Amino acid sequence: MKTIKLKINGIETEAEDRTPILTIANRLGIKIPTLCNHPIIEPYGVCRVCTVEVRSGKRVRMVTACNYPAVNGIEVFTDSERVRRDRKLIIELLMSRCGHVPVIEQLAAEYGITEPQFGRGDDDCILCGLCVRVCQDVIGAKVLGFFSRGTTREVSTAYGETSEKCIACGACAYVCPTGAIQIENDEAMVQKELPLGPLTPVSIPFMQAVPHQPVIDRDSCAHFKTGGCKVCEMVCEPKAIDHKQQDRIEEIEVGSVILSTGFKSFDAHKMPQFGYGNYQNVLTGLEFEKMNSASGRTGGKITLADGSEPKSVALIHCVGSRDEHFNRYCSRVCCMYALKFAHLIKEKTNAEVYSFYIDMRCFGKGYEEFYDRLLEEGVRFIRGKAALVTDFPLDDTEVGKLVVRAEDTLLGQVRRVPVDMVVLCTGLEPADGVQEVAHLFHISRSPDGFFLEKHPKLAPVSTATDGVFIAGACQGPKDIPDTVAQASGAAAQVLSMMGRGEIEVEAATCYVEEERCAGCRVCNTLCPMDAISFNEEKKKTSINDVLCKGCGTCAAACPSSAIVPRHFTDIQMLAEIEGALYDVRSTL
Amino acid sequence: MTFEPKIIGILCNWCSYTGADLAGTARIKSAPNVRVVRVMCSGRVDPTFVLKAFALGADGVLVAGCHPGDCHYIEGNYKTIRRGALLRRVLADYGIEPGRYRQEWVSASEGDRWAEVVNSMTEEVRKLGPFRLAPGDAKADEQPGAKATRAA
Repeated sequence: MKTIKLKINGIETEAEDRTPILTIANRLGIKIPTLCNHPIIEPYGVCRVCTVEVRSGKRVRMVTACNYPAVNGIEVFTDSERVRRDRKLIIELLMSRCGHVPVIEQLAAEYGITEPQFGRGDDDCILCGLCVRVCQDVIGAKVLGFFSRGTTREVSTAYGETSEKCIACGACAYVCPTGAIQIENDEAMVQKELPLGPLTPVSIPFMQAVPHQPVIDRDSCAHFKTGGCKVCEMVCEPKAIDHKQQDRIEEIEVGSVILSTGFKSFDAHKMPQFGYGNYQNVLTGLEFEKMNSASGRTGGKITLADGSEPKSVALIHCVGSRDEHFNRYCSRVCCMYALKFAHLIKEKTNAEVYSFYIDMRCFGKGYEEFYDRLLEEGVRFIRGKAALVTDFPLDDTEVGKLVVRAEDTLLGQVRRVPVDMVVLCTGLEPADGVQEVAHLFHISRSPDGFFLEKHPKLAPVSTATDGVFIAGACQGPKDIPDTVAQASGAAAQVLSMMGRGEIEVEAATCYVEEERCAGCRVCNTLCPMDAISFNEEKKKTSINDVLCKGCGTCAAACPSSAIVPRHFTDIQMLAEIEGALYDVRSTL
Repeated sequence: MTFEPKIIGILCNWCSYTGADLAGTARIKSAPNVRVVRVMCSGRVDPTFVLKAFALGADGVLVAGCHPGDCHYIEGNYKTIRRGALLRRVLADYGIEPGRYRQEWVSASEGDRWAEVVNSMTEEVRKLGPFRLAPGDAKADEQPGAKATRAA
């Protein structure tokens, strides 16, 4: 590509031939106002605000900077007397159509327009066509277009009706310079549909995500709907985005595995008495946590579904835990996170907080002290599990409120507490698919469904399978400090296996006494480890010592007792049975 | 004095043996009649062991392993199920009541189930009375002499 020389406002610069003047000026930091230009969309030169003066020899021309290709030797003036005069006129003409748009009014102020000479129009669309171009060329949904001609020209959908092809990507509203297009966002609806979901199609899942990198949500990304867009790919300078990437299954050979498959939050829908899913202001702990997060939908503000601040909040403990109908166990973390919520509500709002608990279980270091602090902060603790959340008022104080009904076991009476918001402190459950994982690794699960450790005290991170360790909430509900401690323990176990450089194979394996083997091959199909092979030449079976785990299934099947499981030989077994019946043996 | 049956329990190392252990550490009370022999897998249980136990005078034999699908060695307990079906026919031929031989699945976390299995089997065998191998003599139970020999 040819390089050319040109001057902008007296500054000499070089650029590729036919680069738009606006691009070169932006590079130099020279600001040229524009309304209809957007870096991802082909320039169109329709708003004319970017008009500049171009001198080429004796010839002087007024051109739009966004789409005028620079050629060698030209001289550009972006803020000359003539440019300012022309721009002022252009802005006044725009105002005759759109007289009350903030962006244009700001421009007008810059160019000293107090009262535009052609009056002020009431429209807010300058017909720049950015929305049409983004919809047609970038997203590819092809919903928006220009309709009619002359003074009645307008941007619209076909026949002005809601289009089925619109994927609600919001690109038109995003690029619109005047704010003429607005996305109608039903906040309450969004909250209901995607309480924890990503805010945008491209996002970092959560603040502490590892790796801390953005991901694309296939369900909401416009590219996966229309095949167009790819704006992120265009603007990403290191070219890190690849929309063609597919999920891959990789096989990695490892010596040991740490299972840390985590937990699933209890589904609050299962307890309809709390109205989760029916009342918008009944949230689960996780949803409330997301609301509290600075990266959440409300930016960390505690709000009701209508956007206002709650005046009273109820926290209901033990939702799905310590309950005979669901999980009998205590989920351990809920009391403490409920206390944290209470503290945050007190800190961020003036709301009254009611905490309905069965027992306060503040088991960790510093936890009881935190509870004491909250008692002083004025959180109202009501001992008794909530029975019902309803919006049916019994008197004037309950109108428009959610009423929590519970037995206060310290007072010995049933109370009705009207509140604005209810947070259900849902318990922890084994993650989906634990059954499959347990089968895959040949480990067991305890009756509550969590993975079973080899020994509760002596081998709390090991499992019945050598080289498979467990850490975190997949072993049972636990909080972050405990999880980190257990994970460190599991990592240390793995490291000690690695450090040794060699592993101990099972000593109690089976072997074949060749002289007794008749070559009948009964055992050949039995071995689940594929340790048994048949020597066609010798017509004898042999067992691979390393593969054999010593279960002895083959030995039990051998009709000639040729297979001997070490430490569990037939002679030993029979002697053991004989020994176990020492007191009756003599009678036969 | 009530008859206390003597039952041989052959338990797999990974599930039932651990489960029985758990029953102990959890202080779950159960009948003391089962005498436990550990094997690595219920698939190791050669039917000969069961017959030998009866031959030696056991009143019942309990083979316990992992639940089907949970075997530490993937499928050892399926082999036990298959052999058990054949073994029961052999036991019937010997005139051994079906209640004297049981196959049960107790996982490592089912201490309470272990106690349940032990208690119910003990009860069942107690009802069946003492076991003797009396080939060809279907009326052995009615002969007072036989019981006297046993008691001695």
